[in-house]
Amino acid sequence: MLIDWFTVGAQVVNFLVLVWLLKRFLYKPILDALDSREKRIAQELAAADASKVEARSERDAFQAKNVEFDQQRAALLNQATVEAEAVRHRLLEEARQAATTLNAKRQEALRNEARNLNQVIRHRTQQEVLAIARKALADLAGTTLEAQLGEVFRRRLRELDGEAKERLGQAIRTATSPSVVRSAFDLPPDQRAAIQAALNDTFAAEIPLRFEADRDVIGGIEFAANGQKVAWSIADYADSLEERVAELLQEKGRPEEG
Amino acid sequence: MRLTPDEIIFWQHEPFKLNATIAFTWALMLVMVVGSKLITRRLSAGLHRSRWQNFLEIIVVGIEKQIAEVGLSRPRQYLGFLGTLFLFVAFASLCTVIPGYEPPTGSLSTTAALALCVMVAVPFFGIAEQGLAAYFRSYVEPTFIMLPFNIISEISRTLALAVRLFGNMMSGAMIIAILLTITPFIFPIVMSALGLLTGMVQAYIFSILAAVYIAAATRTREPKAERAASP
Repeated sequence: MLIDWFTVGAQVVNFLVLVWLLKRFLYKPILDALDSREKRIAQELAAADASKVEARSERDAFQAKNVEFDQQRAALLNQATVEAEAVRHRLLEEARQAATTLNAKRQEALRNEARNLNQVIRHRTQQEVLAIARKALADLAGTTLEAQLGEVFRRRLRELDGEAKERLGQAIRTATSPSVVRSAFDLPPDQRAAIQAALNDTFAAEIPLRFEADRDVIGGIEFAANGQKVAWSIADYADSLEERVAELLQEKGRPEEG
Repeated sequence: MRLTPDEIIFWQHEPFKLNATIAFTWALMLVMVVGSKLITRRLSAGLHRSRWQNFLEIIVVGIEKQIAEVGLSRPRQYLGFLGTLFLFVAFASLCTVIPGYEPPTGSLSTTAALALCVMVAVPFFGIAEQGLAAYFRSYVEPTFIMLPFNIISEISRTLALAVRLFGNMMSGAMIIAILLTITPFIFPIVMSALGLLTGMVQAYIFSILAAVYIAAATRTREPKAERAASP
């Protein structure tokens, strides 16, 4: 008989004991170790995930802050640049205006000075010329300056050329009021008579005259009739002298302006 | 000719006796339990662990996966029984390389004892899983006529389990013994290596069949439950 029933029973008992022993010493400890390791790994993974999420959120926050900071810096820089540019423009404009004003003032002062000098020079020249002429005429001819002036005036009257003479004659004839003879001083009666005679003679008519003394007509005689005029005055010479002096002053003033 | 280690009797006192089968079984049990105890004494739950711990983890996890693949939803519940079946049969075969060793699984008494354990374990787990009435109802399904066939099937498969393992293990030992007398060189080694392979395959077959029987017993009602759940 191949089957020994006592051995079968003993082997059943042996097997059941082995099951219990292996459960106790093999399966349970090994499975417990596996479970605890899995749990630990899961915890570590969860912790790693959590820290990763945290790190990502922190990184995002930092990036956002960086971007914001960059924007703020750029805005501030831009604002500062614009302000600096505005200030520069304003200062430049102010300086330019100040320079322009100063220049204008200086030029104005120079012009005033030149004008004053001109006037003084003209006045002095006229007086000097007048005095020289008066003295020269008195010394040389023994006649008064007034007489000589009247003589010159009469000569110019006679020397009038055709067209001018015609225009003047026309003016005298159409005049409603007496023609005016102006001089820097009151003419003596013989001078008046000589001028009257010269005019009558020149235009072949009896011309009504009115004599006036005018200090503006410096050292000369002026005849005016209905807008037409014949004049001779030292002022003419003084005018030309003044022009020359003015030119000279301008030439002197130009380098200073530059 | 000696067919079974039951015939080697060391000590006898009716009705008790200590034969080679029981003695080698005890030896195997001692080695397995003491080895497990030594290795699992200092288990590490961390990432660094000993090679022996790795070895045992591979075996235990492998058995657990095999049980799950058969279709048992809670493999740890059956790990003790099925795992011990596999380890005992496999270790018994593995030790055939030791001279003078007689595998206890080469005894029909041992294989019959294991098959009886399976025969008892199948209804035990089936009843534990789905209840007494539901388990016994599975014997008369689909019709009452199937009851004798189901009972015959239970008995015959238990017998088949016992005889298959016994036949394989006994034949392996027998062939080596015969070959040793005919060609004492080379061939016994080859046949011994082949015997190791067959032993492993038999251990796998035995435990997988037990797992399939248990799975069949515990899953009988599930298809109905699925049908009821899906209108």
